[in-house]
Amino acid sequence: MTALIALIRRELRIALRVGGGALIGVLFFLAVVVLMPFAIGPDLQLLQRLGPAVLWLGALLASLLTLDRLFMADHDDGSLDLIAMSRTPLELACAAKALAHWLAAGVPLVLATPVLGLLLNLDAAASAAIAATLLVGTPALTFTGMIGAALAVTLHRGGLLMAVLVLPLSIPILIFGVAAASAAITGPVAFGTPFQILCGLSLASLVIGPFAAAASLRQGLD
Amino acid sequence: MTLLNLANPTRFLTLAQRLLPWLAALTAILLVTGLTLAAMAPDDYQQGATVKIMFVHVPSAWLSMFVWGVMSLSAFGTLVWRHPLADVAAKAAAPFGAAFTFLALVTGSLWGRPMWGTYWEWDARLTSMLILFLMYLGLIALWRAVEDPSRAARACAIFTLVGAINLPIIKFSVDWWNTLHQPASVIRSGGPTLDKSFLIPLLVMAIGFSLMFVTLHLAAMRNEILRRRIRSLQLLQASQQQPGVA
Repeated sequence: MTALIALIRRELRIALRVGGGALIGVLFFLAVVVLMPFAIGPDLQLLQRLGPAVLWLGALLASLLTLDRLFMADHDDGSLDLIAMSRTPLELACAAKALAHWLAAGVPLVLATPVLGLLLNLDAAASAAIAATLLVGTPALTFTGMIGAALAVTLHRGGLLMAVLVLPLSIPILIFGVAAASAAITGPVAFGTPFQILCGLSLASLVIGPFAAAASLRQGLD
Repeated sequence: MTLLNLANPTRFLTLAQRLLPWLAALTAILLVTGLTLAAMAPDDYQQGATVKIMFVHVPSAWLSMFVWGVMSLSAFGTLVWRHPLADVAAKAAAPFGAAFTFLALVTGSLWGRPMWGTYWEWDARLTSMLILFLMYLGLIALWRAVEDPSRAARACAIFTLVGAINLPIIKFSVDWWNTLHQPASVIRSGGPTLDKSFLIPLLVMAIGFSLMFVTLHLAAMRNEILRRRIRSLQLLQASQQQPGVA
């Protein structure tokens, strides 16, 4: 347990110091949302209607782009081999790394959502609902994406290949995230149903992600 | 213990060599019979002659999902038992899965044009087929991204299994998404219960398509084994030509 806490603290410290680049994800999120009105026009009504979809797509892309960092630096300087050889099960180590990554890269996205909601003409309740869906949805994105990151790092192929593999897997998360967010604003269905399914997806990915990532690291590192 | 015996690629090659002509002949007979029966099947009272697209469309759609199942079993073989033929089987199956999915999508959109008035409809089934197609292409890209076959095999096996867990979830969520967006649209839900005159040709075609997959899969596995032998021979030759490097 102390080993895991130490691992999480180490990851957080690396992510937040100069050169860690955890906050670049938020900057990217902001850039995507600012770009949207230029593509679809400054019509506030339209932006309000598309708001949940825009915010969710921005968060999805931002968390996908920061996933590269999850294993790459540790693989380059050899500490990934040390983690794999340590007595802590690799599954738990992967889960700890993903948790730290989510704290450093996912939580800022959630915190930025109300501010970005203002740009999209969303009222306080709608922004809060979207922030809530992102809060329970972004762990699922991180833990699903971790599988792709682990595959990419063992194969020395990052970037596009990882995106191509991970994007189809994140479709359910996107569907239920956007559905819950729009249900809170206008939707024909209740907020609770898609929100609970989204929580379920998050919990399932908490289980599947570390095992698949650890398996692919173990197969790839030897 | 036949599966263990087949771990020897040479034994597998002789078996494949013996089986292939029979399988090919059987496939040809079934497909010819099925197509004849399909051509003789009566027109649908609503859909007219376009209903005959079904005899190609439905078997391809079935097989597109069946092939992912075959690959998942092979992935187990790769990861759990390290069966030497399992990754060959998985690698050989992926392009066929993509091809069947593509065929189902194309015939589906050709069928959709006269029936719904559009080539593409964001219908739940079409959408999940498209996602399946994307995943097949991603898997093939993963196979092609890595030179060393055994490394690629293990990475692909993990992705195949993750996909096998995720595909039902994707299917469910796309169904949910679609009913939310457009309830009770162009497609008649429930569908007509199939008449015997359609059911028999369809079943013959389905068995024919499955046998075609088995035949082509065996042939592709044989080719893959031979390709790997050629590759290792070339590597050996290259290392012998440069003494000191090897």
